[in-house]
Amino acid sequence: MIDRHQRTPAVSAAIGLVALTTALTACGGAAGSAGADAGPAQPGGTLNYGLSTAPTCSDPAQAGTNQTIYVTRAVVDSLTDQDPDTGEIVPWLAEKWETDADATSFTFTLKDGVSFSDGTPVTAQSVKNNFDAIVGTLGAAKAPLAASYLAGYVGTTVVDPRTAQVTFSSPNAQFLQASATSQLGLQADATTSLSAEERCQGGNIGSGPFTYTDYQQDRSVSVARRAGYSWGSRAFGHTGEAYLDGIEFTVVPESGVRTGSLSSGQLDAVSDALPQDAPTIEATGGRVLTTSNPGTPFGIAPNVSRGVLADPDVRRALVPAIDRQQLVDTVLGPNFLPATSTLASRTPGYVSLPDVTFDADAARTVLDRAGWVPAADGIREKDGQRLSFSILFSAVFAGNQAILELLQQQLRDVGVDARLELTSVPESIARQNAGDFDATYYNSTRADGDILRTSFAADGRNLNQRGPIADLDASLTDQLRTTDTTQRGEYLANAQQQVLDNGLWIPTVELSQAVGASSAVQDQRFDASARLQFFDTWLSRS
Amino acid sequence: MLRYLGLRVLQAIGVLWAAFTISFVVLFLLPSDPVSIAVDSGGGSGTPVDAAAVAELQARYGLDKPVLEQYWTSLTSAIRGDFGTSISTGQPVTTAILGAVPSTLALAGLALMLAVGVGGGLAFLATYTRARWLRTALLSLPPLGVAVPTFWVGLLLLQVFSFGLPIFPAFGDRGFGSLVLPAITLAVPTGAVIAQVLATSLTTTWRQPFTTAAEAKGASRWRIQTRHVLRLASVPAFTIAGVLVGELLAGSVVVETVFSRAGVGRLTQTSVLAQGIPVVQGIVVLTSLVFVVVTLAVDIVYPLIDPRIVQRTTRPTKEPAHV
Repeated sequence: MIDRHQRTPAVSAAIGLVALTTALTACGGAAGSAGADAGPAQPGGTLNYGLSTAPTCSDPAQAGTNQTIYVTRAVVDSLTDQDPDTGEIVPWLAEKWETDADATSFTFTLKDGVSFSDGTPVTAQSVKNNFDAIVGTLGAAKAPLAASYLAGYVGTTVVDPRTAQVTFSSPNAQFLQASATSQLGLQADATTSLSAEERCQGGNIGSGPFTYTDYQQDRSVSVARRAGYSWGSRAFGHTGEAYLDGIEFTVVPESGVRTGSLSSGQLDAVSDALPQDAPTIEATGGRVLTTSNPGTPFGIAPNVSRGVLADPDVRRALVPAIDRQQLVDTVLGPNFLPATSTLASRTPGYVSLPDVTFDADAARTVLDRAGWVPAADGIREKDGQRLSFSILFSAVFAGNQAILELLQQQLRDVGVDARLELTSVPESIARQNAGDFDATYYNSTRADGDILRTSFAADGRNLNQRGPIADLDASLTDQLRTTDTTQRGEYLANAQQQVLDNGLWIPTVELSQAVGASSAVQDQRFDASARLQFFDTWLSRS
Repeated sequence: MLRYLGLRVLQAIGVLWAAFTISFVVLFLLPSDPVSIAVDSGGGSGTPVDAAAVAELQARYGLDKPVLEQYWTSLTSAIRGDFGTSISTGQPVTTAILGAVPSTLALAGLALMLAVGVGGGLAFLATYTRARWLRTALLSLPPLGVAVPTFWVGLLLLQVFSFGLPIFPAFGDRGFGSLVLPAITLAVPTGAVIAQVLATSLTTTWRQPFTTAAEAKGASRWRIQTRHVLRLASVPAFTIAGVLVGELLAGSVVVETVFSRAGVGRLTQTSVLAQGIPVVQGIVVLTSLVFVVVTLAVDIVYPLIDPRIVQRTTRPTKEPAHV
């Protein structure tokens, strides 16, 4: 068991970093509905869904991977929801909320008449029990994302049965968006009183539109429609119960088998449809639904403490040296977007940065002025040092290697030698933790601009190994102090620019999530964090 | 005989202990720690790992203790049948493995039946026939069966018998229907090994003088093959039981992934990727146990066939040199 203890601010910040991890996995979240000619929605039928990897745990609070969240999202409701189109926070279990001036205290008023699937009511005490359990029982070790959202958690005060006040030791403006995530979804006392391990075995009781009926680790998960559900989020497409009778999730690791099963009607929808699978899926009337992930796009994080990347001019020159449109067109196809900032375009608070464009001559000029002169083989040198560095990466996303190989050619054109270091995920993590790399390549998903702080703050993840940068540090701290969307947006816009100007992130492409769906599947949607939301989904075959 | 058995059982225990110890050492030499991976949201995002969380989890699983102490703790627990808890899924390792065993057992069982039937039949027919072309054709099949990637065979069968002709389900492990294609896939390399060994040994046996003698006495080729040759020739085939178990277990990793079966093979693969030390250890011990039991069974049956084996094993120095 994890000890119940108060976290220091430094620990909290470090935990916040973990949030970043989130989403690598996360998929993007626009509505991917289709079938405008399918007529009015019909209830009924079981959706057969093919997951690409096994869920790690049935507990929403401990869920980290996309495939896990696809499942857990169906069984819990959150205090709030985030509109996938606007990024706005809208009511769900809480009908309204208030935030104090410095964003340390959040007071939620719960809807009346909401119950968990075991019949117990959803109350302010439930909010307290859930958050206390995340911080106390689960901790950052078992619930890294949920714990990071609750960094600096002081406690929850039960003002009355329908009013819960959540307090933090320091400003925590990101918490409002976090309250919309499935990780902070509410579960009944019967679940929150259990140990971390017991919460993983499929008995979780939530108030969501579906309930677990069967959970077999590594094999399959079944959920059934919750009768009498009437407290859907304002972002949902309809009110009342979900349309589907249930969803049968099966783990189908091999992508060719998922595609074949989809086109032969054995599955209705599948995760991670590869670009090359699209023609097969479309040939039988199906579609590939995509959305780009919010958070940080894929990119290179230079380690500024060593090698040639310690030179800020070199880092600056890399940004215009990359032809992002070519990366997308050559490797990924039309469902993907080139990165245009240090945040992905679907992240609330995103601003487009004009500097993130391809201009090889500009890159060469910067390097020329900094004294890096091309040698006989075309690679530049300065004071006897070759302009050469390695990029650490792992194949967590199938396109990574091809993207980086093309990027390697593009950099060579301006006289930069990038060496690619493909390692296993465990080794990648170990070397990142040890700071043993010149540059590392990854992305992370989170539907809030706070991902910049968790990734780039000096006391955050800080893979850059950087020291203080006054302007950036101030923006990253200040954006946590205000829940005023406009003001927060200004801080985040400045932070995006600062991250780029200081060469802390060399953006490449935005990750897209691709779900294959048969012609029978209607209104299959992604939520704001790019995870599947099955509430509005229905089957036109039934 | 008792002494022979006792020696064999002691050897078996030694093998189990060695397997446990070697896997423990190897897993500790790996360049990363399983806890960091588990804390990394299980997503392999290559992003943040919080130091405090890692420390918490290490303490929780006793990974912060000195290596020797960890070794002793896990060894003594393992002897009691407790392999700890999976770091990534929170499931007790014993539960996870026992949950995966029936699926693999059904798969391997049917595959072995098919392999023995088809592989054995092929060897029998190839050595029985006098038609040289048929013999050559049949004997060229086993090398092909060994060479062709299991993965490819599985996808091909799926393409034809599941996606094309909707006869068998493409995934899952419920019911006999979902067992057919994976069992055939797994039977291909296993059956090929059986066919190769049995064909070689049948051919060698046919060359022995007694077959000529029997033919001279007027026995039919069929009678000689079934009554004498096959019986003698199956002893070497019997010896490779251990190899076959290895083929089946190794093949199950691929087959269970292609056919989406939650068996021991896939549990192995996912646990190794996640460096789930307790699960991997449990599987190593289970696998060793299977090997040890198979070998032990072979060792026990052998002396029943050929008593000279016991003499050679237990009194090697007293054997007269001029026998």
